[in-house]
Amino acid sequence: MSEIIKNGAIHADEWTLVRLAEGEDAATVELPAGRVIVPLAVWLARRDALLAQAEAGVLGVWLAGTDNPAALADDLLRLQLIAVDFPKFADGRGYSIATLLRARHGYAGELRAVGDVLRDQFFFLTRCGFDVLVPKADKYTRTQLETALTSLKDFSEPYQGAVDRAEPLFRRQSRKEAA
Amino acid sequence: MYQYDEYDQRIVDERVAQFRDQTLRYLAGELSEDEFRPLRLQNGLYIQRYAPMLRVAIPYGNLRADQVRMLGHIARTYDRDYAHFTTRQNLQYNWPRVEDVPEILAQLATVQMHAIQTSGNCIRNVTSDPFAGVAGDEIIDPRPWGEIVRQWSTFHPEFAYLPRKFKIAVNGATEDRAVIQVHDIGLDLKRDAAGNIGFRVLVGGGLGRTPIIGEEIAAFVPWQDILSYCEAILRVYNLHGRRDNIYKARIKILVKALGIDAFRTQVEAEFVHLKGGPATLTQAEVDRVARHFVDPAYETLPATDAGYSAQLAASKGFAAWAKRNVRGHKQPGYASVVLSLKKSGIAPGDITADQFDRVAGLAERYSFGEVRVTHEQNLVLADVRQSDLFALWEAAREAGLATPNIGLLTDIIACPGGDFCALANAKSIPIANAIQARFDDLDYLHDIGEIEINISGCMNACGHHHVGHIGVLGVDKNGAEFYQVTIGGDQGNDTAIGKVIGPSFAAAEMPDVVSSLINTYTEIRHPDERFIDTVRRVGVEPFKTRVYAEREQRKQAHV
Ligand code: SF4
Repeated sequence: MSEIIKNGAIHADEWTLVRLAEGEDAATVELPAGRVIVPLAVWLARRDALLAQAEAGVLGVWLAGTDNPAALADDLLRLQLIAVDFPKFADGRGYSIATLLRARHGYAGELRAVGDVLRDQFFFLTRCGFDVLVPKADKYTRTQLETALTSLKDFSEPYQGAVDRAEPLFRRQSRKEAA
Repeated sequence: MYQYDEYDQRIVDERVAQFRDQTLRYLAGELSEDEFRPLRLQNGLYIQRYAPMLRVAIPYGNLRADQVRMLGHIARTYDRDYAHFTTRQNLQYNWPRVEDVPEILAQLATVQMHAIQTSGNCIRNVTSDPFAGVAGDEIIDPRPWGEIVRQWSTFHPEFAYLPRKFKIAVNGATEDRAVIQVHDIGLDLKRDAAGNIGFRVLVGGGLGRTPIIGEEIAAFVPWQDILSYCEAILRVYNLHGRRDNIYKARIKILVKALGIDAFRTQVEAEFVHLKGGPATLTQAEVDRVARHFVDPAYETLPATDAGYSAQLAASKGFAAWAKRNVRGHKQPGYASVVLSLKKSGIAPGDITADQFDRVAGLAERYSFGEVRVTHEQNLVLADVRQSDLFALWEAAREAGLATPNIGLLTDIIACPGGDFCALANAKSIPIANAIQARFDDLDYLHDIGEIEINISGCMNACGHHHVGHIGVLGVDKNGAEFYQVTIGGDQGNDTAIGKVIGPSFAAAEMPDVVSSLINTYTEIRHPDERFIDTVRRVGVEPFKTRVYAEREQRKQAHV
């Protein structure tokens, strides 16, 4: 079972993420048993059928960089888990998608970063509202992952507001003149 | 000038620690080359043709004497005794070792400097007017706004992995000296009819492979909202900018594809949600930053110093220097001085460790301990008493920094090109030096008058060739280094993209090509017409005809 970082600590992952293979149909693809995270296309195609599982907290939805988070706007109170995919760590669309989900749409459930998720992006991901980071499969040993937790705290007082601290530094702290 | 408080200092210190760890993991093989690349680039570290290159940020071109000394110390200790100023007011070291970079950054941090976001697909170091605070045509001092944008953009978590690099420039004067029209965002400080401060916002300008002049997205954004407005632009770009093709990934391509009106609609749709939010600037914060940029303790002096006038009359050399390298100042009895980094035979923008020390000394002695960097790759001492100019000139001459050529033909802008840069198609520096050698007569240079020659070693246009009156672009022709020439480009309020005159030239032909262009100009110019004015009046044709006719004659003469 793979390991994830949840609210700053390492946990075992209980979820299976479903990706549509070439030729697979969102409407008919078979979903594995247990807790599953389905692509937005599957959710949109089978929403009525999946609603109960979502509300029971055993089904989540993941968004690709091209997906508009507004597509989930009406379901945000029902969904307890949303994931955002990073096909490459340098593809930064997920940071804006997460920010929109949290700050614009008020999503308060679990928000996972999945895909090419590496420790050197942990800090920025957390700032944009991801509370669960799913490191790239087989990337880190347990020991490396423990060390990687320090990356969550790379900077103690960032300048600008973001999801984690909405207020920018100039509102959070009274900044005195330098001597 | 801005001084760090404990928060600013903590952020750069934490950055040093973070990068030290990343470098160690890279050297230990834990971080792959692909994983390390964006991290090192966001710290200005390139792996170049012959060695790494480290680009240090000089926010909006402002430096203090202690920082200048540190830059010299680093050149001496970790490099080969010199460094290079770029067209974005930054500084580059050409020969540092990767394993030394964390230590270099640690030393920079001790003088409130860093290399944060000087490269990579993020918001780059903000640039501005080197004559900010002293120019007579200034409406609003852009430096506090440059600092505010710097802080907001530093480690902005949402915009660290944009489709492509993103450059912001701020101008606050009637004349644009920050080339805002060719930036991803150009911020132009304005007052509205009621006297409120705000910004005219340009978007989608840029040079590179597809040069485009920025378009106005907003006529007036109140200062309180400017960060929210920029955030709206960046969010639309981050979500919708192309990521499939590196040559189509800049915001200018998105703006062109949508059209400015549709792009504006999307930005406004974001902005309504952000306006009035926590990013809204407060008067207290703006005041706090602005207090760092109040005027230095000027003396009350007569508008013209009698001694200065006498020295001008007595020394031809001093007068020639003053004519080109000294600028007027808002404060009576003061002047701004441009120290030329364009001595013939030296790579444009290069400076030695010894010159760093001397510049620091001159700044302390004559200009309140501050130095500015220009995007033309020269240095400015902004606040010099007229009565000190002669002594300053003598000291600058001794330091090799008093070439009286600012704005003249030999004040060439050039990127490092094929001598250093891994991306180059062709060399830039030898072309600049060959042109300088051809035009070595000062009287002739003065007769030719103001002209800008800009040279880039490739499409990336670091030498801003598109906006040079004469632009030179290195191209690859079947594996050989060739140069494409444009004329009619311009920067500032009349920003224009130059037009290609025709087939490209071999390196050895370049001085002759420039001679042909200059001879055409001197023959057909009207009185008081600069080279660029003549090109605008008559078009490319007469220049082109003569260049290629004379090229043909040279070829005939050789058979
Ligand atoms: S223009 Fe090209 S050759 Fe010159 S510095 Fe930029 S990337 Fe390198």
